[in-house]
Amino acid sequence: MSTDASTSAPLERRALRFSVSGNVDDGKSTLVGRLLLDTKQIADDQLEHVEEASRRRGFSRTELALLTDGLRAEREQGITIDVAYRYFRTAKRRFIVADTPGHVQYTRNMITGASTADVALLIVDARHGVTEQTRRHALASRLMGVKNVVFGVNKMDLVGYDEARFREVEADLRAFSDKLPSTAITIVPVAALSGDNVVDRSTAMPWYAGPSLLELLEDAPVANSESLAFRFPVQWVIRPGSDEHHDYRAYAGQIAQGTVKVGDRVVAWPSGKSTTVVGIDRHPEELGEAAAPLSVALRLADDVDVSRGDVLTHEGSAPRVGRKIVATLAWFDTHAARPGARFWLKNHTKSVKARLDSIDGILDLDSLALRPGAVELKLNDLAVARLSTSAPLVFDAYDDGATTGSFILVDEATHETVAAGLIRSESGDDA
Amino acid sequence: MVVAHSVMVYYNRNMSEITESRKKSNASALHEVQQTRNGNDREIVCGNFANLAQEVASLDDLEAEAIFILREVAAERERPMLLFSGGKDSLVLLRLAEKAFRPARFPFPLVHVDTGHNFPEVIAFRDARVAELGERLIVSSVEDMIQQGRAREEIGPRASRNRLQTVALLDVIETNGFDAAIGGARRDEERARAKERIFSFRDSFGQWDPKNQRPEPWALYNGFVQRGEHLRVFPLSNWTELDVWAYIRRENLALPNIYFAHEREVFRRDGMLYASSGSTQLLPGESLETRTVRYRTVGDMTCTGAVESDAFAIDDVIREIATSRITERGQTRADDRATEAAMEDRKREGYF
Repeated sequence: MSTDASTSAPLERRALRFSVSGNVDDGKSTLVGRLLLDTKQIADDQLEHVEEASRRRGFSRTELALLTDGLRAEREQGITIDVAYRYFRTAKRRFIVADTPGHVQYTRNMITGASTADVALLIVDARHGVTEQTRRHALASRLMGVKNVVFGVNKMDLVGYDEARFREVEADLRAFSDKLPSTAITIVPVAALSGDNVVDRSTAMPWYAGPSLLELLEDAPVANSESLAFRFPVQWVIRPGSDEHHDYRAYAGQIAQGTVKVGDRVVAWPSGKSTTVVGIDRHPEELGEAAAPLSVALRLADDVDVSRGDVLTHEGSAPRVGRKIVATLAWFDTHAARPGARFWLKNHTKSVKARLDSIDGILDLDSLALRPGAVELKLNDLAVARLSTSAPLVFDAYDDGATTGSFILVDEATHETVAAGLIRSESGDDA
Repeated sequence: MVVAHSVMVYYNRNMSEITESRKKSNASALHEVQQTRNGNDREIVCGNFANLAQEVASLDDLEAEAIFILREVAAERERPMLLFSGGKDSLVLLRLAEKAFRPARFPFPLVHVDTGHNFPEVIAFRDARVAELGERLIVSSVEDMIQQGRAREEIGPRASRNRLQTVALLDVIETNGFDAAIGGARRDEERARAKERIFSFRDSFGQWDPKNQRPEPWALYNGFVQRGEHLRVFPLSNWTELDVWAYIRRENLALPNIYFAHEREVFRRDGMLYASSGSTQLLPGESLETRTVRYRTVGDMTCTGAVESDAFAIDDVIREIATSRITERGQTRADDRATEAAMEDRKREGYF
């Protein structure tokens, strides 16, 4: 094998995004610190800083969690409050880590981390096993569309690297996670403090023959949206209005999924008018073809009425258009909401007024069943609800398109983001 | 086109050439083999620069995301502006803005908060770049605020205008009624910045409340603000220092020459090399000496340190950063060293 990484280990084009969650004190931030340290991503001044900060706090060892817990309050309380993003890479690929809080009051940040993740890494304390938070995190990750869940059974050093204890926790994890639909589940025994099975395989647990966490992450598949149906939410219309570019008009946006070529017949929604793509601009280049996730500007043959919030698709792959949706909602706000409440709803590039019409029920974390009868949506609830909007939305079910199938609700008065929503496949008109 | 070529340094973009030069360079400097506990050799890319062609391909995703963010803020806010200092990150932002909005003009003006202690070369570069783009630049001057009695200067040899930079930034936002300020800050720079949203809310005092940030799932940025409040928007959130340099290389961007090795009169303080300028007051035991240095970050002269370097060209810079064991802010920013949460504290008050 060559020693030159440029020939021996091609770097993958896509970064793998993964979220890390766990209970308070499960050692989640320590594990992220260990990943960074053992892949040599920690600069000398950062390590010095953490060593110094650890000494000042009277810790007998270097507190790796201080690498990611950067806020004053986090350091005071020894917990993670907000999502911290970290970047590291090996010769094989780049990684974006969302280190998310374990405490129940910060579940919304965990949902945020999972919304863009390819892999959810959930940390479980080997001594305590599966808890309600473990189930909540696994279910929430799956709801957010993460199809690859890795459980790191941490603190194996504190149970004497005991295989029997690991098998017990493993069985409990399997018992509930096997209910998660089409999800790949992997379970790894680790000790974040000593680094066992984090980057390097452990010698203390010869009974475990599987890969280390890093090896798993290096080989995990990254979502590829290029092959899905073409969706192009229009963000911005480029119209210079100058003498030089008098007739230039292009529809700018990021290709949410699929591929588009010059000459393709496309339909603008919600109007349903067809036209042809005559140019794909990525200033100053002109492209013949472009695929997700590129940001481009499309020039069209006909003078169709297209503006921000509209969606271009290929002919024959129509999105859904309507003013009623059924959605899974993750409620973020301390202020509860009842049917009749009004919000701003932002779906891809479209913001409209919306009303909460009714609540089908709250998702039960143990049975994954819908518990009907809820009168309101409370902080950290995962619910199924019906909404109607002031203008038509152009959307897909979340399983068919994460960009067109997701939305946020924004409080009209406080402007807080109060919920994340995933559009379900059933039609809102059925009710 | 009015371009002061004397302050612009251009580099030829030739992929095979850089790949060749990298192969010739000492590969062991870029990669080290870590002996793992169970005896296996795991190749760790130190600083972790793989190969330029592969780096460039992976920049497409970061570029697409940044352009998306720029268009979102332009569409959702009525009076955005883009902070442009002449530094490398803001130069990358300008290129991204060209890609997002050309052939039309930018839907926002450029704003520079000038402390009055900026490097003259950088100011000249700033003006040349603005002229070349044909866009509008608003300068908010700390010097003017002091002259007008609207701000008071710290005194003594360690005086810094770092705090006043925040005052001038909030002043220009308020005076012009800006409701969004786009900046080149990156999450990999600093531990408080690692917690930032892409659309980050600021109240009417310009304050950041890190414990109570709006959740930001997917790429659904919440652009709502009331009058007097504003957003800070960070299109380069997910970029690393190395990504910025690889992008500069790919796009053949001109940079102020102080980013490259040059001879300069400096003095050593708190382990850092500072340039001497008109406002420099030496402390006992300090003396001026001429060294070959470059700047890894470009900010206020009084709190930005130089690094000793013989990186005269961009490939040398990339190699230097890829093998560096120290972060850019750790190596060059005195303002971050004041306390454990220096950046968080300044950000809370409205610092960028």
